[in-house]
Amino acid sequence: MTNSVDPAILTADAVTVERLDGAPIIADVSLTLRQGEVMGIVGESGSGKSTLALALMGHARRGVRIGGGAVNIDGTEMLSLTPKQLRSARRNLVAYVAQDPGAALNPTLRLDTLLTEGLEGSSAEKTARAKRILKKVGLPDDDAFLRRRPRQLSGGQQQRIAIAMAVIAEPKVIILDEPTTGLDVSTRAKVLDLIKQLCIADNLTAIYVSHDLAVIASVADHVTVMYGGQVVEQGEMQEVLATPRHPYTRALLDAVPSVNDRQALLPIRGRVPNVGEWPEGCIFSDRCDYAIAACSVRPPLRQAGTALVRCVRPELAHTLGAVSRHIDHRRAAEAVEPALTATHINAAYGDKQVLFDVNLTVEPGRCLAVVGESGSGKSTLSRCLIGLHENLTGELTLAGSPLPLSVAGRDQIARERLQYIFQNPNASLNPRRTIGQSLIAALDGSAAKREGRAIDVINEALDRVSIPADLTDRYPAELSGGQRQRVAIARALVSNPAVLLCDEVTSSLDVSVQASVIELLRSLLEDGLGMMFVTHDLAVVRNIADTVIVLNEGRIVEQGEMQAVLNAPQHPYTQSLLANTLQLPTGDDETETAALAVH
Amino acid sequence: MTTTTDASLELPRPRKARATGLWRLWSSAQVRLGVTMLVGITILVIIAPFLAPHDMAAPVGRPYAPPSPEAWLGTDNLGRDVLSRVMSGGIYLAWMAPASALIAVSLGAAIALIAAYYGGWTDLILMRCMDVLLAFPGILLTLLCVSIFGPAPPLLVTLVVLTLMPGVARVIRGAALPLLRQEYVLWAKTVGTPGRVIITRELLPNVSSPLLVELGLRLSWSVAILSSMSFIGYGIQPPAADWGLMVAENGNGLGIQPYAVLAPILMIVLYTIGGALIAEGSARIIARTEGEA
Amino acid sequence: MAVGDVTEDRGYPLMSRLMPVLSKVLQGLLTLLAVSLLIFLAARSLRGDVANMILGPHALPDQVEQLRVQLGLNQPLWTQYINWLGGILHGDWGTSLASGRPVSESLVIGLRNSATLSAVALAVMLPTALVVGVVAAQYRDGLVDRIFLITSMIFNAVPEFVTGTILVAIFATTVVHWLPAVSFIPPGDSPISYPSALILPATTIIIPGVMYLSRLVRVAVIDVMTTEYIQTAVLKGLSPARILFLHALPNAIAPIIPAASLVAAFTIGGVVVVEYLFAYPGVGSALVDAVTNRDLPAIQAYVLVIASAYFFFNLIADALARK
Repeated sequence: MTNSVDPAILTADAVTVERLDGAPIIADVSLTLRQGEVMGIVGESGSGKSTLALALMGHARRGVRIGGGAVNIDGTEMLSLTPKQLRSARRNLVAYVAQDPGAALNPTLRLDTLLTEGLEGSSAEKTARAKRILKKVGLPDDDAFLRRRPRQLSGGQQQRIAIAMAVIAEPKVIILDEPTTGLDVSTRAKVLDLIKQLCIADNLTAIYVSHDLAVIASVADHVTVMYGGQVVEQGEMQEVLATPRHPYTRALLDAVPSVNDRQALLPIRGRVPNVGEWPEGCIFSDRCDYAIAACSVRPPLRQAGTALVRCVRPELAHTLGAVSRHIDHRRAAEAVEPALTATHINAAYGDKQVLFDVNLTVEPGRCLAVVGESGSGKSTLSRCLIGLHENLTGELTLAGSPLPLSVAGRDQIARERLQYIFQNPNASLNPRRTIGQSLIAALDGSAAKREGRAIDVINEALDRVSIPADLTDRYPAELSGGQRQRVAIARALVSNPAVLLCDEVTSSLDVSVQASVIELLRSLLEDGLGMMFVTHDLAVVRNIADTVIVLNEGRIVEQGEMQAVLNAPQHPYTQSLLANTLQLPTGDDETETAALAVH
Repeated sequence: MTTTTDASLELPRPRKARATGLWRLWSSAQVRLGVTMLVGITILVIIAPFLAPHDMAAPVGRPYAPPSPEAWLGTDNLGRDVLSRVMSGGIYLAWMAPASALIAVSLGAAIALIAAYYGGWTDLILMRCMDVLLAFPGILLTLLCVSIFGPAPPLLVTLVVLTLMPGVARVIRGAALPLLRQEYVLWAKTVGTPGRVIITRELLPNVSSPLLVELGLRLSWSVAILSSMSFIGYGIQPPAADWGLMVAENGNGLGIQPYAVLAPILMIVLYTIGGALIAEGSARIIARTEGEA
Repeated sequence: MAVGDVTEDRGYPLMSRLMPVLSKVLQGLLTLLAVSLLIFLAARSLRGDVANMILGPHALPDQVEQLRVQLGLNQPLWTQYINWLGGILHGDWGTSLASGRPVSESLVIGLRNSATLSAVALAVMLPTALVVGVVAAQYRDGLVDRIFLITSMIFNAVPEFVTGTILVAIFATTVVHWLPAVSFIPPGDSPISYPSALILPATTIIIPGVMYLSRLVRVAVIDVMTTEYIQTAVLKGLSPARILFLHALPNAIAPIIPAASLVAAFTIGGVVVVEYLFAYPGVGSALVDAVTNRDLPAIQAYVLVIASAYFFFNLIADALARK
């Protein structure tokens, strides 16, 4: 697709966006796009990727300003336009699709207004155009549909409307900021298909921003890897994936779990530097395993192969090759007593039944993954097991003895042996209490506290999750997301539990942090804990689960040993889930086919 | 699994000054100014009667005399020294207003947290009672009761509490409801923490900032209601000196001796603004920190 | 919302929309009934016996007893309450002890005067608050905005009689003498024919109302302006005017409407003090008079009327918030 004769449609040159106090949020970002190219911009939270996307539109959020550089789109200098010219450029040259269509579509306006406002021409022409575009994005194109409002659409339909809004004026460039992040796997696949199809059919030039390398790999032909507000690597997709030259790119790839192979995941130590606290030299140097003295001076982007790399030693690439990381699956222990069982669980919200006759078993030292999309009832199921859901029938046992359905009916021992870890680490610790206070509270009524061993137990748990004990007088706001999630795990561990119920515990974490939490949970399994892991992410399932149940609309549609289910799914729903799960194309394709060939 | 240990050697964020809890509100200049004003006025009001140049009850000249070296702010409708009366005229407000506000906010918060946490019938009954109180304009209730039982200060405080409490309960319940969906509260439930403990340990500290906003706001309203009652003749009774009462007593002389009205008005304005500043400053800090989170 | 486009609503659209309103009205009526009972009991416990009060201190016990029977005071409280309520439903509010004439006579006059005052105040207050709030939001954190915030904080905090007295000092007695300090309106005349008597009381109500509401408008507009859909509109290259009027305001006004009705309710409560201050002949000043005279039937009537009006606006606020 790349044709060096084609003139660039979009060039960004040394774009800098800074806070009003002058601290840079993104610095010295340059990129070039030719007609029909799709550039993926990938980065974890704090990388500045969304700030860059907005800067390319000539827009900066409140409290932030574009400090320098130039953005040229089809001959128009975006950063030196008058407000009026800029509005015109945004109507005709470049369009933007935001992450959350539910928030990005004005709830009070009808679809016809949303689609056609800003267009020129008679209202009949505009309506005809709106209908054409609706057809193109795969939505009904009748008048009744045009009169709807965004709230009356599903999430996938809303995102199609947002995309239609962007392409209706036939812009030269379209910028998509995480357009599929909030969507379910199957919806995401459909929206991604639409984007790919638009790019090919209309020869669209696009910038696709995402935290998810697999998504980027599936739509983009070029990629820009951002870290801490800087471009660290930029080049053709295949080239960067095959030979990552920057240590950060390599580390990012090593942290991504694969749906095809169980691997050791390598987290990145440390944290992304805050705005205003950037290190003097290379932005990644304080977390880089290969840092040398020369890294204390910020390196420029330099050519290495066909890619641009911001590293003093891009030739390191050869030593950065992926090590064999495959790890073996735990074998089923024989004839152990189940740690937790649930039989004939039926649950409802009001009159609406959400779980139908669900049965499951959690064994000590093994992880049961509960897989499902939103609305599958998987979160309700975990709430049922912990005793927070009120409207349910069925039977539970914990270590062989019956377990009351409601937490109020359970005794201290049952409450201690069954522990719950929540999805959102930002909300799972009381912001007004120190880490130590939260951990002590977890020991209320316990034998350890009565015997005066509370401090020892807490220190032991913190040590287990690798949190320094001197953080106990910190408030949650002073910790990173990964640290908070580990403290939440420690809070469960102080009770010496038999079973951990993990509700999407990694889904709000960055991939490099997710890796460390998954590794921690794996090591807890080694210790003999039973675990139920609720997730929508099959790659995570591959990497942690021993057995799997697949939930769809409140019913178990498939269950079994993890390898059996993932390698040879029997139910069409599981098959479609698996087919829609995106996978990073890596050099390990042979092992993948080998693994599949077994069945 | 040594990788886990390596990976977690994250350095904690550089420690900022303890910017949590109620202390962060002190960083607002408005809060500091408000607190200073309230403390200043309270001290002034308590020591002023001893410093007053004249007996506040005895005439020092003819009625509505303009300011003079003897009476710096002139005289009132009965020829008494305005300055001395203004200095003595806040003593009732100085205890009644804070007492009303404190009791109203404490009771309102307790009701709100209990209603929010237990939900169901408890919530319905408690909040419906609050609605009934809200459905009755405070000034009517106060007028009615004072006309029955007479304007005794404890009764006035009770009435102000009844007037303000439902509003506090609504606001704090509104602030507490989203907390109930927070995972740390759910976690406390999963380990069987009793409701009383969840309310005091998990909920209360997290509504402390809105509580301070309410306290400031309700203090300022207490002053307004109490002085309004004095003004229409159903609060503090003559011959006692009270700012609201002074405005009413000297209203007829506004054209010839405005100081007899404007001096007590200034004191009321300062007192009410002190509370409002605390509310405003706290609310701003809360909005700012929530914006960051 | 467009009609019939949400599938769930199709079955019984009218019922599903009316039910919450009906239950709210029912709840409200029960509340009002409780309030009326409260008023009744409170008024009955006023110190001094009504019959004694009418006949004066030198009446013979026989006469007093006779009057008690005549007034129904010897009946159980419960019967008295029912009779009182029944009378009100027939338009019989009782006879004023002070004037000896039916309470309804002065009630009608006071109600008209108060309603006029409130209506004038609200008619000016609501649009002004909207404009001030939008302007403050547009200049968010700028000088105009900061001055607005400080001013509105002050006027929200100080009681109405303070604002009113300052207005009187400025416009009626001390600085200039443009307007009357006391609102004299002959009984039977419409207050509309005496605009100069309306200006100061109305302004006293308007100022804190505007200051309170415009703050809410400001916050609502700012909240909406920071949403993603407004960012989307900006990035679509729409004009600032279109963004403000078509995209932002319709969304910003929704949360303000209930607050506006609540302010209307507050206005009715605040009217008591303002009317007293300006001796404006409305239900508020009449109530203060009635309390001073211990005029029991009048107190009951005025309190119930004011509470009903207050309740009515609260109900509207609730219904609008529910929408």
